[in-house]
Amino acid sequence: MATVAFNHVTKAYTPGTNAVEDFTLAVEEGERIVLVGPSGCGKSTLLRMLAGLETVSGGEILIGGRVVNNLTPQQRNIAMVFQNYALYPHKTVRDNIAFPLRMLNVMKTERDERVLKTAQLLSLETVLEMKPGQLSGGQRQRVAMARAIVRDPDVFLMDEPLSNLDAKLRVKIRSEIARLQRRLGTTMLYVTHDQAEAMSLGHRVVIMREGRIQQVAEPQILYQRPANAFVADFIGNPGMNLFQSRLLGVDDGKCLLGFGDRQLSAPYPDDVRGERLETLLHQELLIGIRPEALVPRDEQGSTLIGRFEIDEAEPQGHEMLVYFSVPATVVHGNIDNLPAAQRMVARWPLTSTAKAGDRLDLAIKDGAIRLFDQNGNAL
Amino acid sequence: MIHKLIRPVTYCVLLLVALLIVSPILFMVVGSFKPDALVFAEAGTWKAFFPETWTFQNYSDVFARVDFARFMLNSLLITGTVVGGGLVVNAFAAYALARLRWRGRETVLGAVMVLLIIPFEAIAVPLFFGASSLGWRDTFSVQIIPFIANPFSIYLFYTYFLGIPEELEEAARVDGAGLLRIFIEIIIPNARPAFASVAILTFLVQWGFFLWPLLVTTDEMVRPLPVAIAAFYTLPPLQWGDILAFAVMMVSPILLVFLIFQRWFIRSVASSAIKG
Repeated sequence: MATVAFNHVTKAYTPGTNAVEDFTLAVEEGERIVLVGPSGCGKSTLLRMLAGLETVSGGEILIGGRVVNNLTPQQRNIAMVFQNYALYPHKTVRDNIAFPLRMLNVMKTERDERVLKTAQLLSLETVLEMKPGQLSGGQRQRVAMARAIVRDPDVFLMDEPLSNLDAKLRVKIRSEIARLQRRLGTTMLYVTHDQAEAMSLGHRVVIMREGRIQQVAEPQILYQRPANAFVADFIGNPGMNLFQSRLLGVDDGKCLLGFGDRQLSAPYPDDVRGERLETLLHQELLIGIRPEALVPRDEQGSTLIGRFEIDEAEPQGHEMLVYFSVPATVVHGNIDNLPAAQRMVARWPLTSTAKAGDRLDLAIKDGAIRLFDQNGNAL
Repeated sequence: MIHKLIRPVTYCVLLLVALLIVSPILFMVVGSFKPDALVFAEAGTWKAFFPETWTFQNYSDVFARVDFARFMLNSLLITGTVVGGGLVVNAFAAYALARLRWRGRETVLGAVMVLLIIPFEAIAVPLFFGASSLGWRDTFSVQIIPFIANPFSIYLFYTYFLGIPEELEEAARVDGAGLLRIFIEIIIPNARPAFASVAILTFLVQWGFFLWPLLVTTDEMVRPLPVAIAAFYTLPPLQWGDILAFAVMMVSPILLVFLIFQRWFIRSVASSAIKG
């Protein structure tokens, strides 16, 4: 295992348009870092630069303290699992797993031993003589993992390794990957566009957008204290309700906010100072509320914001998503260019009797709102 | 009623067409085993295909009148070297065009495309003068070297290589393989149909190549079969049985290749359909 560092790394495929811009990140030994973001945010490019499959336009990449910018992939001692697994279709599973060892000129007896050990670790003993085409998606994924770990690399790179699996298998293999990495202790960089995968796998998660880091933090912090409106909307499913507002007053731990043609008063987050808020009086703000922070009126520790009509109620199996028509314009953090709408979503237990057409009192859990400035940055 | 007749009528028509195509070949094979005088004497009768007497005399005549083994060896040497060398050179060239990024790549690719549409006859004369000035006439080199690099083979490999997922090569690079190793261990095994197609098509073209060896060779020691059969045809006395025996022996390697690689052959013809 080794540390990995990106120092002001930039990648430009064509002059003037950077796929990755001034990316700086230090990864600890044995750490599991997940890079997540929408398509085209530069996360795969970063991984490929680390692997040596793409050149670096600017900055430095270090593995184990050694600058690797000009090293070939084979000189970096890294292993990579590709989105389509990239198993060699003409070789048996055994030969696929043994390939990196052959490239390292490992003696045959030792090679056989290590292949078998790795196969046992991933329950692949029975398919060693099969070709990849004869395997199921899950088995192929495990062969790709086996090929990556057999050589005992300094760093594992995973480029959306679960995206070709069905949802159930994805969850199962996700936890297997985490268990395996914990056991081997190898530093891992994992790329995905699935925020749920990122949140469950990463010791730390790097959120990217248009080649730039939006936030690097532990999953819990990302969820509770997003650095900007983009992260707030991207993390969580559904994401945070974000609506346009104006700060009308600050008083005694509470702030008075415009809410369409109405007003609402709610305690501001404890990590925001009152004096800071006062400088923003009468300015436009973005208010963020997580769906689970919108509760029925009768719940303790909440502040009523008004009575609203239910637009739609979607049972989800273990919970229910309840969409309310509200007077404020609810925007999104510029993800997928979703149009603004006048509805907010709440996550309620399935025991709720709410249904479309009902008018219900709605409250916000105290301390649950997040405030963002006009540029979308968290206060 | 009409519906019921469609199938038998179709088969009859197909059978007739098949007979039309096969009959000259059959005539050649059967004629080569007939006494020379009967080849044309029985040409208009059923005996053209079902003779009463069979003989190997024509075959022994061929060996007695000309050095057939020499011509066969020449053809095998020329065709084998062009096919073998072509597979290596054209595959490497195509790989460089399909996967490597280098200055001038697009220009070379464009040149390959242009060369695809220029018929050999158009460059035969300049090539002849070039070969003559090098003193290459009456050599094997002049029949081999100009035909190893082949734009059609390069193009066929190129399009096939583009279809091989790039991730396979990237995975091999990360696994520690160099460029040559990737080519040998990853590309070649995954491009077997392309290699088979190029080998078969090159073999067919080269085996029947007539114009160029006719231009550049006069010495029997280096002449291949197509030129030899033309010369044999003009060699008195004119004996059709001998000529047919010569022809049968000349095409038998093609038939052999066809029978062994029948499956590949059909595929390669299909994949070469783009040539028009």
